[in-house]
Amino acid sequence: MANLSVDHLLGIKELSKDDIQLIFETTDHFKEVINRPIKKVPSLRDITIANIFFENSTRTKLSFELAEKRLSADVVNFSSSNSSVKKGETLLDTVNNILSMKVDMVVMRHASPGAAHFLSRHIKANIINAGDGTHEHPTQALLDTYSIREKLGDLTNKKVAIIGDILHSRVALSNIYALQKLGAEVMVCGPNTLLPKYIKELGVKVSLDVKETLEWCDVANILRIQLERQQLKYFPSLREYSLYYGINKKLLNSINKEIIVMHPGPINRGVEISTDVADSKQSIILNQVENGVAIRMAVLFLLAQKKQN
Amino acid sequence: MEKRLILDTELLQITINRLVEELIENHTDFSDTVLIGLQPRGIYLANRIQKRLEERLGKSISIGYLDTTFYRDDFRRRETPIQANATKVPFLIEDKKVILIDDVLFTGRTVRAALDAMIAFGRPRLVELLTFIDRKYTRDLPIQPDYVGKRVNTLKTQRVLVEWMDQGAESDKIWLVTNE
Repeated sequence: MANLSVDHLLGIKELSKDDIQLIFETTDHFKEVINRPIKKVPSLRDITIANIFFENSTRTKLSFELAEKRLSADVVNFSSSNSSVKKGETLLDTVNNILSMKVDMVVMRHASPGAAHFLSRHIKANIINAGDGTHEHPTQALLDTYSIREKLGDLTNKKVAIIGDILHSRVALSNIYALQKLGAEVMVCGPNTLLPKYIKELGVKVSLDVKETLEWCDVANILRIQLERQQLKYFPSLREYSLYYGINKKLLNSINKEIIVMHPGPINRGVEISTDVADSKQSIILNQVENGVAIRMAVLFLLAQKKQN
Repeated sequence: MEKRLILDTELLQITINRLVEELIENHTDFSDTVLIGLQPRGIYLANRIQKRLEERLGKSISIGYLDTTFYRDDFRRRETPIQANATKVPFLIEDKKVILIDDVLFTGRTVRAALDAMIAFGRPRLVELLTFIDRKYTRDLPIQPDYVGKRVNTLKTQRVLVEWMDQGAESDKIWLVTNE
């Protein structure tokens, strides 16, 4: 009988290929569940989950909350904008206070890289990282690779390009780990200023030319420009970025194969992706969102099964 | 480990035939009755019963597979993790007569979970339980089968092993296994 090798989902880096496969197999079953007339199962009815979001989120938070509710868990929500964090409480104090109310699992998003790791060393609940700064966003990478698997079958030797703001993206790093563990080849593409200096050490191909990248890949995962994390000017203007790196229908038509287009959202129409591409047949953006709920149900279910010490 | 044969291939087929006759006695033409095999091991028996029913009645009989993993009450309480299997119920259960099929009835907890799981597909008019082996005096819950292949006396520490050819076994056989 299979079990995850980890007690927390902190990042894809800590997962084995078997872990990812087990999550995918469990997701298949939950995907069937959420397409039933009654979409709810009682698995986690004796579990309480705290969703702690120190950073803004719409999709991820909604998706986690739906996943928890469809598993019948009790859910408490917390976001930093209207909390005592504003009054000077530390992260550990905040979380310990929440845990004193008998919470079994914590889903956390935080602006500092490593925040989830820090928490997992100090508290007893199962931690799920819902994004820590520019570090990792494991459930996003799981749902992205799951969505590719759904379209292409197996990921072995598939070519996946990640295009855009690689430097500030936790989605990019988690995706690179996940894709490589599943046997896919990865290329990153973006302006030089938005590529991390040591990105090649991860064993990925690097390109500055978006057309060349699209001709190489089977799947293009397009990322948003994270203006909120950019303290410097990394490129002259959004308009110029869009001209050089924006994906539009004309560009896709100029390559001689049909590739799959993905985006983790939120999309900025007309910047990194044009409306005609985002809404095209090639785009699996909304499949990604649907799979997100099933992936998170699988992760919660499998982690809840781990005995806590 | 000691293995004792409870049912051999020939007797097993005779028993299936008898169970099918009993089902026909109660459900006549199966116009609004459906079969549901419980994952992971009840589906082989369910397939066999469906096949025999179709031979006898000369019409196709609806069958579904139900996985109870997400409905179990021993989740987080047992030593070994539980792993899900596919659920495939390609029809609405609403107002149907349902025959739940499992190979071995032991504590009754799987059947309890199955009753829960089934409700997600609608409200059945009637539910009956068919099990091949009914282990006497081992029940944790007040659940009894309506159709039984064979009743056996077993100890809680013993195990009933059902081998189906569809599952890759050499022949269809049922064993009682005692671990030393």
